[in-house]
Amino acid sequence: MNRKTQKRLLGIASLITVAVIWQIVAEYVVKRSFILPSVTDVAAAFVNLLGSGTLVADIVVSFQHFGIGLLAAFLLGVPIGILMGWFRVADFLLDPIIEILRPIPPLAWIPFAIIWFGLTTQAAGFVIFVGAFFPILTATYTAFRSIPKVFVEAGKVLGCDTSFELIRHVALPSAVPAIASGIRIAMGVGWMCLVAAEMFGVSRSGLGYQLWHNYYLHQMPNVVVYMLILGFAGLAIDRIFRNYVDQKLLRWHAGEVA
Amino acid sequence: MSGVTVQNLSKAFPKEDGTATQALSGVDLEIGDMEFICLVGPSGCGKTTLLRIIAGLETATTGKVTIDGQPVTGPDPKRGMVFQEYSLFPWRRVIDNVAFGLEMKGMGKDERREIADRYIDMVGLSQFRDAYPYELSGGMRQRVAIARALANDPDVLLMDEPFGALDAQTRNRMQKELLSLWEQTKKTIVFVTHSVDEAVYLATRIVVLSPRPGSVQEIIDIPWAHPRDRTSAEFAEVRRRVLRMIDETENPQ
Repeated sequence: MNRKTQKRLLGIASLITVAVIWQIVAEYVVKRSFILPSVTDVAAAFVNLLGSGTLVADIVVSFQHFGIGLLAAFLLGVPIGILMGWFRVADFLLDPIIEILRPIPPLAWIPFAIIWFGLTTQAAGFVIFVGAFFPILTATYTAFRSIPKVFVEAGKVLGCDTSFELIRHVALPSAVPAIASGIRIAMGVGWMCLVAAEMFGVSRSGLGYQLWHNYYLHQMPNVVVYMLILGFAGLAIDRIFRNYVDQKLLRWHAGEVA
Repeated sequence: MSGVTVQNLSKAFPKEDGTATQALSGVDLEIGDMEFICLVGPSGCGKTTLLRIIAGLETATTGKVTIDGQPVTGPDPKRGMVFQEYSLFPWRRVIDNVAFGLEMKGMGKDERREIADRYIDMVGLSQFRDAYPYELSGGMRQRVAIARALANDPDVLLMDEPFGALDAQTRNRMQKELLSLWEQTKKTIVFVTHSVDEAVYLATRIVVLSPRPGSVQEIIDIPWAHPRDRTSAEFAEVRRRVLRMIDETENPQ
C-alpha cells in the first residue's frame, strides 16, 4: 500500500469512527435530538431539505452574496493596493483612512448595509466586501512594497518608460503569488461574514439565514445540515481556488521557493 | 559608432545627517567604439556607481555622460545592462525574458520570438528556451541575462560584476563566451569587476579608479589579441602592475 492510499483510507476510517461515536452518543447518551441531533437525524433532514428544493436555492443565494462581495473587494483592493504600494503620495494620502476603517469589524457595517441597500443581495455582498477588502488590499500593498529593486531596474533598462508599464510588466506579475494568498485569506474572512450577515437579517434567504431561521424553529437537525454545508462549501471554494492558482498562474513560483 | 564620453563626473549620496558621501569626483573617461573596458579599483571606489550613472539608473551630481554626443538622462534600452545579482524575471520563460525588451518596443509576438531565439542560440541555450529561470544554473541565468540585453541591440553593453557569483570554472568559461559574443556583435562593453585577473583577460583597456571619492587613476592599454594566456609572463606582469596600483591607492604610504 503506498502513502497516498494509506492516507486516504486512514482519513475515511477516522471520519467513519467519528460518525459512529456521534451516532452512539446522540442515540444512547444524550437521547434528545434537540440537544444533539444524531447522524441519521441529520441525514434525514438533508434528504428532506434537498427534496424541497430550498437547499439548492439557498446555496445559490449565498454564493451570489459571496461572489458580489469578493469581486468588489478584488476590483477595489488590488488597484488601491497597487497605488499605495507604488506611489508614496498615494500611500501617505490613503493610509490614515485605511487605518481608521480597517479595525472596524465588518459586521459593524450591517446596519448601514441594510439602510443603504435594503434587504438585497447587494446588502449582504457589501458586508462580505468589507471583510474581504482589507486582506486583499494589505497583501497587494505589501507585495508592491517588497518587489526586488533589480527587477524594477531591469525593467527600466529594457524599455519600461512609465510607471504604468513597470507595474503592468514587472511589479504586478512579481506580486501575483502574494496577491493570490491575500485573496485566499479574504475568501475565508468573506465566508464568515457571509453567514453573519445573513443571520443578522441582511437577507431573507441563504445558508446563514436558514441556519438561524431553523434555530428559531428548533429544527436542530436542519441547523446541523446548514453548518456542514457551510463547512464543505468553504472548503471547496478554497481548494478550487488554490488548485487553479497553483496550476495556472504560479508554475514558476513553485520552483522559486523552498 | 558608439562612443561613451564621461566628463568631469561627480556623485555625492546624501546621508541622513545632512552631510553627503562623495562617491565619485571628477571622473573623465573617453570610451571608443567596440572597446572592451574593464573598470577596476579598491572596494567602495564607485565603479558600480559610475556604471549605473552611464546606464541612467543614477544621476550625476555634476558633470555629464554622453553617448555619441547624446546626453544620458535616464535608463534606455540603447544601453544594455547585465546585473550582478540574478535579474531574470522568474515568471517568464527564457524566451520571453529575452524578448522582454522587444515586447516593450511594441514588436509582435512572432517577430520578437524569432529574434530572441537567435540570441538564445548565440549564448548556447536553445534547448532551454521554454524553461523558467529557476530551472537554470547561475551561469545559464547570466547567459540569458546577456542575451536579454543584447536582444535590444544596444549601442553599449554595461556589465556590473556579472560573473561575481559564479564558481571559478564557470566564470572562466563565461569569460571566453563573452569574448566570442563581443567579437560577433561588435558592441562596446563596459565591464565592472573586482577581479584583476578577469580584467586583464578581457579588456582592451583597464581603467583603474582611485579609492573614494573615485576618479580615474590610470588607464592601461592591453593590445594583445584574444584569447589570452593567463599563465604567460606578460599576463602576470600586467596583473601585478594593476594589483600594486590598487593596493597602493588603498594603503597610501
